[in-house]
Amino acid sequence: MIVTLVVELEDKPGQLLRVIEPISQLGGNIISIVHDRNKITPLNRVPVEFTLDIAPKRLEELIERLKQNGIYIRSYNEIRLSASTSLLLIGHIIHTDLSDTINRIDSTGFAEVVEISINMPNLNKPSTAIITISAKSERHLKEAIKILKDICKDKKILVIEPLNDDLI
Amino acid sequence: MIRMAIFGFGTVGKGVAEVLLKKERLLKNLIGDFKVVAIADSKSSLYGDFDLREAIEYKIKHGRLPRDERARDLFDIESFDLLIEATPTNVFDGEPGLGYIREALKRGINVVTSNKGPLVVAFKELNDLAEKKGVHLGYEATVGGAMPVIKLVKKDLAGNQIIKILGILNGTCNYILSRMESEKIGYDQIILEAQQLGIAEADPSYDVEGIDAAAKLVIIANSLLGLDAKFEDVRITGIKNITPEAFDVALKKGYTIRLIAEADEDGKLEVAPRLVKLTNPLAVYGTLNALLIKADLAKELFVIGRGAGKYETASAIISDIIDIYAR
Repeated sequence: MIVTLVVELEDKPGQLLRVIEPISQLGGNIISIVHDRNKITPLNRVPVEFTLDIAPKRLEELIERLKQNGIYIRSYNEIRLSASTSLLLIGHIIHTDLSDTINRIDSTGFAEVVEISINMPNLNKPSTAIITISAKSERHLKEAIKILKDICKDKKILVIEPLNDDLI
Repeated sequence: MIRMAIFGFGTVGKGVAEVLLKKERLLKNLIGDFKVVAIADSKSSLYGDFDLREAIEYKIKHGRLPRDERARDLFDIESFDLLIEATPTNVFDGEPGLGYIREALKRGINVVTSNKGPLVVAFKELNDLAEKKGVHLGYEATVGGAMPVIKLVKKDLAGNQIIKILGILNGTCNYILSRMESEKIGYDQIILEAQQLGIAEADPSYDVEGIDAAAKLVIIANSLLGLDAKFEDVRITGIKNITPEAFDVALKKGYTIRLIAEADEDGKLEVAPRLVKLTNPLAVYGTLNALLIKADLAKELFVIGRGAGKYETASAIISDIIDIYAR
């Protein structure tokens, strides 16, 4: 599973290695390290954020070892939802039971509506919402979009999808 | 000498005739001697030895041409090597252009057309027929107006496999949406304005319902992605339900809204309003068309240009003619 781990390290040589070594010994794969010297703490420690892929069973052991090494752990948690997209909805979003629409995405267990922003110009006029859905994977995200589109088809809400080529 | 016929003598047909006159010397250098020997519109014609400039003036003055013979009769009355086919588009039966193109190809006559209908209805049939008869069928003007697409991919991207093509293929819709984005005025008001400017037809449904963009997408899919696509295969959503407020909401995430036609090698065929990042080159304004072509070797390639207009369409037709006859 993918985990983010934020530790605070003393600002002296060799500190990073004290975190990296146990990760590697436990078979973890480091995806990224963000080392932000601008956010140095009052105790002169540097917060470092690791994103790593590690077996769930090994995570507890890793945390234990880091503690034994005297590393200050600020937080660690699983990144459950790694794929995300925003879609625009136009239509009678409220009148067609918005909470039902959201619940049907959330109840999939693999995707959630994480953000929604609505504009209602007038009563009885179509309103607009931008809805952000996060899912466990790209595949789950596609599945969630399909569910949303089916719901909106029934409720006569126009769904506007983003281009998938906005990376350019 | 290349003997040419022009079928369809409205905006596009007349535009081509004007360009043939205006650029006569340049063209003769490129393709050799040529002459327009027959012209037909929906109800009348002109053939034999006539002055092209006078024919244009006659049509403007009288709304028709001097003779009563119809386009179809001209195949037997006059002999010509190239048919410039610019009759009105019907994407459902392809007529009358389909019949003219079929007849020309059968007789071994090269064809250059701006008419989407025949290619949407019978792309494979017409291309197979042209190949069998050893003649050319040029249709650059059917997609994206002056914006190079067909020959760009077939010639300049030769050797690439095309993975996906998507973008804006209808200038009227793009005008409406980009105006709605910048001025926050409603659909009905913009349509009126566009009609007064000549950007939208009196009946704008062909454009705003996505039919025009879908027709172009079918031609792109068949000619550049190697699909056997039919008009009915395209999932179409128009732009009528887009509101000015939608742009405000989309902007919160850095998006605008454009009518995007998309075709890929797996057979996806869709015309629908889509969220487009404001930083994406496809977020063009006004009546422009824009396409992203994704190829295996060249990767992403963008083209942006004018998708309609008298001389813009003539530009594509003339380029096809030169492509066929360049010495």
